[in-house]
Amino acid sequence: MPGPRTIPFDYPAPGAGPAVALPGAGTPWLDALRADARGLSANGLPGTRMEAWKYTSLAPLAELDFSPPPAHEAEASESADPFDAVAGPCAVFVNGRFSAARSRLDSLPAGLRVTGLAQALADDPAGVEGLIGGTGALNGEPLAAFNAAFAADGCIVETAEGVEIEEPLRLRFAASPGVAPLAWHPRVVVRLGAGSRLTLVEGHDGPAGAATWSNPLADIALGGDATLSHVKLQVEGPDAYHTALTRAALAGGARYESHLLALGARLARHEIHVRLEGEGAACWLGGGYMARGSQHVDNTTVIDHAVPNCESREVYKGVLDDTARGVFQGKIIVRKDAQKTDGHQLNRTLLLSRKAEIDTKPELEIYADDVKCSHGATAGEPEAEQLFYLRSRGLDHRTALALIVEGFMCDMMEEVPHEGVRAVLIERVAAWIDGGGCP
Amino acid sequence: MLTIENLHATVDGKPILNGLDLAVNAGEVHAVMGPNGSGKSTLAYVIAGREGYEVTAGSVTYRGADLLAMSIEERALSGVFLAFQYPVEIPGVGSATFLKTAVNAVRKHRGEKEYDAMEFLKLVKEKRTALGIDDGMMRRALNVGFSGGEKKRNEMLQMALLEPALAVLDETDSGLDIDALKVVASGINALRGPERSMLVITHYQRLLDHVVPDRVHVLAGGRIVRSGGRELALELEKSGYAGLGLEPSAAA
Ligand SMILES: Nc1ncnc2c1ncn2[C@@H]1O[C@H](COP(=O)(O)OP(=O)(O)OP(=O)(O)O)[C@@H](O)[C@H]1O
Ligand SMILES: [Mg+2]
Repeated sequence: MPGPRTIPFDYPAPGAGPAVALPGAGTPWLDALRADARGLSANGLPGTRMEAWKYTSLAPLAELDFSPPPAHEAEASESADPFDAVAGPCAVFVNGRFSAARSRLDSLPAGLRVTGLAQALADDPAGVEGLIGGTGALNGEPLAAFNAAFAADGCIVETAEGVEIEEPLRLRFAASPGVAPLAWHPRVVVRLGAGSRLTLVEGHDGPAGAATWSNPLADIALGGDATLSHVKLQVEGPDAYHTALTRAALAGGARYESHLLALGARLARHEIHVRLEGEGAACWLGGGYMARGSQHVDNTTVIDHAVPNCESREVYKGVLDDTARGVFQGKIIVRKDAQKTDGHQLNRTLLLSRKAEIDTKPELEIYADDVKCSHGATAGEPEAEQLFYLRSRGLDHRTALALIVEGFMCDMMEEVPHEGVRAVLIERVAAWIDGGGCP
Repeated sequence: MLTIENLHATVDGKPILNGLDLAVNAGEVHAVMGPNGSGKSTLAYVIAGREGYEVTAGSVTYRGADLLAMSIEERALSGVFLAFQYPVEIPGVGSATFLKTAVNAVRKHRGEKEYDAMEFLKLVKEKRTALGIDDGMMRRALNVGFSGGEKKRNEMLQMALLEPALAVLDETDSGLDIDALKVVASGINALRGPERSMLVITHYQRLLDHVVPDRVHVLAGGRIVRSGGRELALELEKSGYAGLGLEPSAAA
């Protein structure tokens, strides 16, 4: 039975109290953008009859009365910072709002600029228009409309041409649940100057508590030959909803790497759109997801080869236990002129329980004729032969299974170039296998 | 050490072992030879406890206990070791990590102190050097991308570290070059001792030149059809299974 096209959703919930003023209000272009976006958001949440949302129902989210967090900084009912051990600059957001006091941005390396979005809108709204303005921000993405209408804060990250930033820049989004359901819509803008390099480590963490909904939108533009290594760890609590959209546009010779480890939240969607706009651009999308209980985790990617001679590699690996459900939708578009495209996609899922489920939908839309593209998917129990081999060496079933699962996931994490960050991810995988890993 | 009586086993409902009898005393090395498909690996798997190999009749007694009643890991912990004909690749699992986990599991079971990282490193270095295994292999994922010969050596390294009481070597000599064969054979001989028994499955006399067996058995059609001293292997080398009145094709 087809579901609805849209799900009615009143946001902010009626009776949530007086609306919190958004930064930059009164700026004409911004007011117009927000009004448009609000109009779109009034249509509701995307329903399962929309092709892109076929396997992920937001109905449980729509049943909750979400409202934006109060303007003052939340009390710290928080989880520990997962990347505590990683040195370097760090911007901290609590319930979507930038916290200068808790951030570590005082000695940024030369050529790196990090600005809070609310601050930027207050200081120089005109300077922000080019970064978040225009209806392109909405682009038919229902949840991007919520973000554009309600973003109260966020972050602008810029690098100068040619700089190579050694230390990773962290963006930590900490959830601090209140008594009633809270929602936030952080907006992140990343602009890398030509030939520059940066490692960006995005963390989303939170404790158990009342429901939260984080709806981040990140717009990334990489100048010619720039390289961004973008790591994301999602370990929000069991009552969290997480719907993220990351859009990256790559100029010639640029490289975008995405490394995701998704463990948390009751329902999470990690959507990534990459547009290869200049010849010789390349992207690597690597994702690991582990879910148990009744968690739902969705990875949706669209890689758009707009010009010739670009390369894309995509590997998503998941481990699903209990009645957890996974979704992988991977679309590769090769435009008519994008000859010599080299695009490969793989989704592999280990199912640890008979009731766990994965829906995989690869989609190749190819309009050019001289291309190399492929996709593949596997899903199944851990191999009996592997278990037997390990047990025949004296490992009990549990230990053998843990080793196999850890090996399966850590293979992915090995792709993360930064050693300290990689170690944190590997530790999280091990903790998840031990029954933890996220609240 | 090991007594097998009237063993019948099926795989996917197909009878493979059909009344096999075999007894190996402590300290003895027995060779098992036989045509392709005669059930040698099946016997090895039944001893190790692989799922899907159903014993329909008979018994296997190991050091006085009912081996068939034990789980796979119980067998391993109590000293049964199978060197696989086709060692299994396990992506993402580091060889060194795996070895340490396995060795410490066995030591813990024996009531011995678990090795710490340094002690273990030293021990592995000593054992792997004797087998001509370089450090690079230890840092790779278990058996992943190892050559055939490297996999077999890695099995021997595991045997040397786990110090089993009963080792079943399933065609450990296949795929080894001439020098590697000598290295592996001396590894096997180094482990020979009054408290250790071995069942060496092989197709070739070559290995038995180096590892001299106490007994040689011929397995065909799921049963031991001939047993003798080491000269039986030499006889087979000369005249083949046909010389015993066995057609290889009739055996399976
Ligand atoms: N899963 C299975 N289903 C059906 N038959 C099987 C299965 N596994 C093994 N067999 C059959 O069991 C028989 C014995 O196989 P086994 O591997 O024990 O032979 P082997 O003596 O070790 O042979 P080789 O010398 O070639 O290694 C073969 O005929 C094989 O095809
Ligand atoms: Mg065999």
